[in-house]
Amino acid sequence: MTSLAIQALSKNFGGLQALRDLSLEIQPGERRAIIGPNGAGKTTLFHLIGGQLSPSSGRIYLFGREVTTLPPFRRAALGLARTFQITTLFRNLTVMENMLLAVQTLDSIRLVLYRPLTSYRNVMSQARRLLEQWNLWEKRRVLACQLSHGEQRQLEILLALAPMPKVLLLDEPTAGLSAAETQQVVAMIEHLDASITVLLIEHDMDVAFQVAQRIAVLHHGRLLAEGPPEAIRKDPTVAEIYLGAE
Amino acid sequence: MRRRHFVLGIGLVFGLIVLAVAGRLSPTYYTGLMTEALILGIFAVSLNLLLGHTGLPSLGHSAYFGVAGYTTAILSLRLAQSSWVSASAGIVVSVSVAAIYGLLALRTAGVYFMMITLALAQVLWGIAFGWRSMTGGDDGLPGIARPDLGALVPWSLQSPANFFTAVLIVFIIVMGALSLVVHSPFGYALRGIRESEARMDCLGYHVWLHKYVAVLIAGGVAGIAGILFVYYHGFVSPAELSLVLSAEGLLMVILGGAGTLFGPVLGATVVVFLRNLVSGYTERWLSVLGLVYLLVVLCAPNGILGAIRGRIPGWLSQEAEA
Repeated sequence: MTSLAIQALSKNFGGLQALRDLSLEIQPGERRAIIGPNGAGKTTLFHLIGGQLSPSSGRIYLFGREVTTLPPFRRAALGLARTFQITTLFRNLTVMENMLLAVQTLDSIRLVLYRPLTSYRNVMSQARRLLEQWNLWEKRRVLACQLSHGEQRQLEILLALAPMPKVLLLDEPTAGLSAAETQQVVAMIEHLDASITVLLIEHDMDVAFQVAQRIAVLHHGRLLAEGPPEAIRKDPTVAEIYLGAE
Repeated sequence: MRRRHFVLGIGLVFGLIVLAVAGRLSPTYYTGLMTEALILGIFAVSLNLLLGHTGLPSLGHSAYFGVAGYTTAILSLRLAQSSWVSASAGIVVSVSVAAIYGLLALRTAGVYFMMITLALAQVLWGIAFGWRSMTGGDDGLPGIARPDLGALVPWSLQSPANFFTAVLIVFIIVMGALSLVVHSPFGYALRGIRESEARMDCLGYHVWLHKYVAVLIAGGVAGIAGILFVYYHGFVSPAELSLVLSAEGLLMVILGGAGTLFGPVLGATVVVFLRNLVSGYTERWLSVLGLVYLLVVLCAPNGILGAIRGRIPGWLSQEAEA
């Protein structure tokens, strides 16, 4: 079964067609990059898959189940997680509190009113384990807004990972990062559990070719090309839109 | 961590004992002020659950305070119900109003949320003002007797000291319950919603449901404060449903420290004492309150308690540590 399937998806903003008749199928455990010039509709596609926007037409399936009209939190329950192009954290909470909010979703204790969160040992130790694994444990008492940009990106990926998703959407995870920070995030993506399906939007071609098994190229809201990195690298139409053509 | 909790616990118990003794032994006038500060403190704390924790700026919180007060007053005066019945009904009605108002108001956010909560509270104010035969109009309803505890407790709540003690007991129970709520997974989720609804949504939280439950709890607790207020004064009027009270509530929360547990109580105390002590010297006590507010907002934007907490890192903070 495909983990994520998109059928004939279109999205119009007034007169602007951000996505036109787009179809994609992504297999479980696949690492898929979406590339394309600015305005190609990449982030719109993510908002449609995540449920932040609803499509003008077309359908979206998660593990064979149609989710086209489900709100984001219902899709999360089916195993979908995402990061945003603009880092979206709980800025005025500490790193530990950020993690706790993500980890406690695993335990169905979200509506428990009468017991301190800190008394749930499994939640506390799971949050600690994740933070230690990604070298953020020392910063657990720092407010999220006081972290460096790179650390914020890492924390956002951690927040998406904590609920143990089956499909992970990463919207430009390395945007604005230094070369060293980029390598850290790339290592993080490469070390993800092989069963997780990863879909990422990437502007950095090196990163996209390094991480992805397959690449889809969007241009003006349409799927221009799709295939393994070597094929995309050689594709003349892709070179044309990136390098310009005569 | 353990030791810190122990020290905090001892400090809290000690503080409450001092408060209880001071309240009972002070001259009647000051006992009265402390009673009112505790009652409005409960009101401010309930508003803080929405404003400080969930990030919902309600400008109509007096609706729950007043509707509980009016329910209690009308039941005990017009239907001669026992105070157990009329006080319980007051809480039930305030939670029910919160259930309806929450459905309407939570369709909006930000400034629109302020406007719709204001409008909804004004509806109740208009009913209280206009329905003379039932509510007494702008004269209000005087002569509401304090509960007679009967054989249960040999105290009479007629004495100011005993009424103060009763209010203090309710206050401790409410604060204990709310302390549990803000430290629970649900309480963390509320602060998550304040910081980023989009992120909470992606994490799989039913954001609307969390907000709705917060509105119900805040409405019920504000109702408790309203009932105590009506018993304290033996009187209820449209002022208890007014925009002025809602705005004062916001002022108390911001003065004391939004998002802290005890800050709003501090804010309520400052407002009550300023109003009563300064108005003895000048009619312009509101100007003094305004100045205090300006000073706090400029010098300590996180409120009085927020500023204290900022000075002592790691101390008095409710942040989670492992």
